[in-house]
Amino acid sequence: MFSYTIRRLLMLIPVLFGMTFIVFFMIRAIPGDPAQVILGQLATEEAINNLRAELGLDQPWFTQYFEYLKQLLTLDLGESLRTRTAVSEEIWPYMAATFELSFVALLIAVVVGVNAGIISAWFQKSWFDYTAMVVALVGVSMPIFWLGLMEQWIFSVQLDWLPPSKRENVKNPVETITHFYLIDSLIQGRMDQFVDVVKHLIMPGIALATIPMAIIARITRSSMLEVLRSDYIRTARAKGQKMFWVVYKHSLKNAVIPVLTVIGLQTGLLLGGAILTETIFSWPGIGRYIYNAIEYRDYPVIQSGILIVATIFVLINLIVDLLYAFIDPRIKYN
Amino acid sequence: MAELAPNKAPETAIRGARFLLWLEAWKSFKKNKLAVVGLIIVLIFVFLAVFAPVITPEGINEQKLAERLQPPSSEHWLGTDDFGRDILSRIIHGARISLWVGFVSVIGSIVVGCFLGILAGYYGRWVDTLISRFFDIMLAFPSMLLAIAIVAVLGPSLRNALIAIAIINVPNFGRLIRSKVLSIKQEEYITAAKAIGMRDRRILFHHILPNSMAPIIVQGTLAIATAIIEAAALGFLGLGAEPPTPEWGKMLADSKDYLVQAPWTMFFPGIAIMLTVLGFNLMGDGLRDALDPRMKN
Repeated sequence: MFSYTIRRLLMLIPVLFGMTFIVFFMIRAIPGDPAQVILGQLATEEAINNLRAELGLDQPWFTQYFEYLKQLLTLDLGESLRTRTAVSEEIWPYMAATFELSFVALLIAVVVGVNAGIISAWFQKSWFDYTAMVVALVGVSMPIFWLGLMEQWIFSVQLDWLPPSKRENVKNPVETITHFYLIDSLIQGRMDQFVDVVKHLIMPGIALATIPMAIIARITRSSMLEVLRSDYIRTARAKGQKMFWVVYKHSLKNAVIPVLTVIGLQTGLLLGGAILTETIFSWPGIGRYIYNAIEYRDYPVIQSGILIVATIFVLINLIVDLLYAFIDPRIKYN
Repeated sequence: MAELAPNKAPETAIRGARFLLWLEAWKSFKKNKLAVVGLIIVLIFVFLAVFAPVITPEGINEQKLAERLQPPSSEHWLGTDDFGRDILSRIIHGARISLWVGFVSVIGSIVVGCFLGILAGYYGRWVDTLISRFFDIMLAFPSMLLAIAIVAVLGPSLRNALIAIAIINVPNFGRLIRSKVLSIKQEEYITAAKAIGMRDRRILFHHILPNSMAPIIVQGTLAIATAIIEAAALGFLGLGAEPPTPEWGKMLADSKDYLVQAPWTMFFPGIAIMLTVLGFNLMGDGLRDALDPRMKN
């Protein structure tokens, strides 16, 4: 296990290198003169030359690439062309917003998806099973940006139950400490704000959770069906154990592996889907940060934003891989 | 020349056997009700797309400002948008765009993915290492994010969105073909082909590629579904089709401002996207069960 962990970490190095390479070349792949494209048609020759020097476009690419790597190693992510602030300084609040949203979405997806899958498997071919699987089928095909708009229309416009967008009530803002608003409002004992933050999380959380939830439900159902047919479950049921224990103690443990894989893979979908969800709900997360940067052609921000999200994605997949062995002792890495 | 004649027989026999296999797959596909529903949905949208100019009640850009934001009625079945354009007509024309992007981008990914996957799988060694690492790196980016990045570099347009979607799907097909090639390479008939001195190119394109077709078709159908959603997502973000193109994602983005006033501008493009994607997903699942029983879980 230890040697596997080390090997897996070593395998990460070329991937991370490759990622920096792709991100580095993004700006150089812009058709035409990148500095001209960024500044627009009306820019003066001087401004263009200055920007070219600032972005290092006037130097050979390998010099610039090594310079870029050196910067990254000191956690210097460049400076936003728009706000003139270091990316590493301004990025945290956005990341926290996305983490909070993704966490809630994953929580919804796992809790609802796993339970729906279990109930469907236990009552195979019942009306619940059919309904759940049809919902899951539609869920996988759902464009989440449309689902988000539908939610807004139903719960904000028609019923007026939930706030249509943003992360908090702007008239009663949360005083930020960690930038995780759920935590921040709790630390300060502001229950009114906590409830408010939860209300703001529900709609984007559900929108983002839909696809992973549907996939998790389908996978849980099929792996549970397999486990439920096995001998040891029949024994447990024959012993007269309560259904609850049979499901949650014996079967779930064995059905969790494929579910874990899906969760690992879906994190990428969550992080990617966050851009869409954040756009609909004006959620000030990293997706929105990158998206705004695209609008302003703020390439240092685009580069660093993408690099950070991809790095998180790679790390999560690594953790999931390593978790397998802990959860299922039958899996041995040699 | 007489001794060449017997060689034709196995060739015909192989073709016949292949035909029987496809027939078998079609029979098993037909039995799957959901898959047939998927196929019908897809066919309906393909029909709409092909005959869009003939069947639409109005042109895609006929603006009647006096009739803007009207609810569904007998005159405008799905209502009108903020420029007074008939939504039904725009959705039917939108089917052309979405299906076009879906098919073309996936064919692009398949061609490039197959090429790289075959190279990696057949030649192995450093070629394999290089190509596989390249796939790893591309898969390290969340696909939607990579698509957005590519469009950000190339500039927003429908063509660039199509290119971006094609690029992000390349590693999926590449890996699939690579693993197929690796397993087929071990088969005896490939060893036999090598033994009689068949050239690499012939082995690759006449034996390995046709035998890898089933998973490509399955994966391809499912990839069209994803590609349609991704194209709509890029359109929604303003990184795909430009106005006044009746692209479904773009139509949804425009409807955002009229959520209170005219929710129907939002309902129907979304339903169109969902139905098409559902159709391809159902069909893909059915094809998987029919063509490759081992992929079934």
